[in-house]
Amino acid sequence: MCLGIPGRIVAIDDARKKLATVDVSGVKRQVNIACVVSDDHPVEACVGDWVLVHVGFAMSRIDEAEAAETLKVLTELGEAQAEMEAMRLSATG
Amino acid sequence: MKYVEEFRDAEKAKILVQEIDKLVAEIDIAKERPISIMEVCGGHTHSIFRYGLEGMLPKEIELVHGPGCPVCVLPMGRVDDCVAIAERPEVIFTTFGDAMRVPGSKKSLLQAKADGADVRMVYSPMDALALAKKNPDREVVFFAIGFETTIPSTALTILQAKADGVENFSVFCNHITIVPTIKAILDSPDLQLDGFLGPGHVSMVIGTAPYEFISQHYKRPMVVAGFEPLDVLQSIWMVLKQIKEGRAEIENQYARIVSDAGNSPALTALSEVYELREFFEWRGLGSIDHSGVRIRDAYSVFDAETRFAMPNIKIADPKSCQCGEVLKGVIKPWQCKVFGSACTPEMPLGALMVSSEGACAAYYQYGGVKKREAVS
Ligand code: SF4
Repeated sequence: MCLGIPGRIVAIDDARKKLATVDVSGVKRQVNIACVVSDDHPVEACVGDWVLVHVGFAMSRIDEAEAAETLKVLTELGEAQAEMEAMRLSATG
Repeated sequence: MKYVEEFRDAEKAKILVQEIDKLVAEIDIAKERPISIMEVCGGHTHSIFRYGLEGMLPKEIELVHGPGCPVCVLPMGRVDDCVAIAERPEVIFTTFGDAMRVPGSKKSLLQAKADGADVRMVYSPMDALALAKKNPDREVVFFAIGFETTIPSTALTILQAKADGVENFSVFCNHITIVPTIKAILDSPDLQLDGFLGPGHVSMVIGTAPYEFISQHYKRPMVVAGFEPLDVLQSIWMVLKQIKEGRAEIENQYARIVSDAGNSPALTALSEVYELREFFEWRGLGSIDHSGVRIRDAYSVFDAETRFAMPNIKIADPKSCQCGEVLKGVIKPWQCKVFGSACTPEMPLGALMVSSEGACAAYYQYGGVKKREAVS
């Protein structure tokens, strides 16, 4: 929850609600990108961005190398698997 | 140094540890007593144990594992409130997985689920909102925990629920805030701290400015730190350098993620939806002024505390638990009388055993952290 996980924004789902699809090591899910959008960086410009995702919200933009490093550390910590498992199992139905 | 080989930049780590050794040798107080540095954030606690960082540091440095694990500081009474809401037939109770096993006075949410309550694990508060939309005849409640890292996420979810006109969704708010907590620790007479590692992702939201009182009023250094082993070592080095030079400043080792001003959309959402509570009860630490937030009146239809009658009873922690002393860093996890016997990750008595960010669970999982002499 507190460490978050890096993912890449691959599509904008709803520009008004600031919802986008993020790919986290192959797991795709919808996240809210309101916290990484600004006047200088509008919703449309976010596709391709690497972001740190906390509980379904992109909280910070990161560069690609940073994302790779972070994923590696999270994998070692056992956090990446737990986070992706939580994404997959999340009850929405 | 068997721990160093485990991570990829063993060389850099060795150099950092040598630099730390050098600095410690030049710090006078280290000759009389250990230099104690508290890592406030549970993510750091987890990294420190996972990579055996404590074992690499000179014996003059004592790392104190702070209260920065939101699951670990949930008081029993609040868990009982969750169970009471979850057991209402109309309710679907949603929670992060970590919170499922925190013991209440009678049961945890996991046990409530086994007894028939509709408790569901979600990854995100947005998933709870989606559940509410799909189940209009049920009341969906989201159990909101966490420091400033997760507060914006529930604030934005409430704003979304309002925009979408969702009426069967509410949030049981147990969010806590970091600054009053650090202040309470600094005011605690039990504890003598020489410096802090600041939380990385809380700071990503709030920035570094809110910590200024630590350096200005309490004259203690803080270094906001990343979570990689090298980040943690470098931040410890930065704290020591300040101590050696007689400085007390707020420095930012994690500038690649944390800006001084924080994240403005996140802060805007947070203050739109939430306001400070007069006080909030913590497991083991008691009541801390202004340490929690509640939902503002304008959004009270989304507040589970107004929507449902709660038992809201204060429950004392079990006598055998010493979570409070561990949280304040007065004793080490293994010094708790029930550590590893009556309290294990499978059967946790205290919440510090539940989450992998809790000091007791981290210590239990990764075992004997010995000082360097014992290893080499
Ligand atoms: S061992 Fe259990 S009871 Fe003792 S401090 Fe740790 S979590 Fe609390």
